[in-house]
Amino acid sequence: MAADTQILIASDKDVVTARQQGRAVALQTGFSMGEATLIATAISELARNIVSYANQGSVTLKPVRGSNGASGLTIVASDSGPGITDINLALRDGYSSSGGLGLGLPGVRRLMDEFDIVSRVGGGTTVTVTKWLA
Amino acid sequence: MLIATIQAALSDADLLELRTALVQQVVRNRSSGVIVDVTAMDVMDSFASRTLLEISHMIRLRGAATVIVGIQPEVAFAMVQLGLTLEDIPTALDLEEGLAYLQQKARSIN
Repeated sequence: MAADTQILIASDKDVVTARQQGRAVALQTGFSMGEATLIATAISELARNIVSYANQGSVTLKPVRGSNGASGLTIVASDSGPGITDINLALRDGYSSSGGLGLGLPGVRRLMDEFDIVSRVGGGTTVTVTKWLA
Repeated sequence: MLIATIQAALSDADLLELRTALVQQVVRNRSSGVIVDVTAMDVMDSFASRTLLEISHMIRLRGAATVIVGIQPEVAFAMVQLGLTLEDIPTALDLEEGLAYLQQKARSIN
């Protein structure tokens, strides 16, 4: 299995780098162009959240293998920013604390197969998502 | 008529620059219609969609129409999954269809 790739996120240019690398790794993992675009879109949203809310953090791309032998790609978006006060609210469609469209996190959840978020106020946020090869 | 062709993946700063430049050009040229060709865009996420919406609304306030052309099928699929619709901005398959749309619109006004 390919090694993990970590991309440091500190500006909007890094958002583009992260999603482009994510697309490349997704294609290497065996995803179709359509699925790779879903993954790249999810990475774009997650990386932008890091820049908007925490200034900096990282996105890690991890090719994985599930217990049933299926290949997949896990993306870990992590920052040590202010954290999210109300995770349920942040996961609701149309809610935004930054004047955005409010589709970021709920949208990412729809794009990916697995979604997990750990956030502590003052202690940062880690979003882990996985897409499995059908 | 103004045609803006996006050549590569755009950062958020690039998108905001495009917004400013397009609105300025519409004013300078007294354009009645604008085509934004996004064929080369790798991803249309919430920020890109919001910026395109803003561009179209600003241009509409100048009395001109905007049409987005060239959204790739896989990009469209991801946009719908994400929940992005581009609301009321007209879209067309490619440059040719976009031009036809704007010409038809201009005719119906005159």
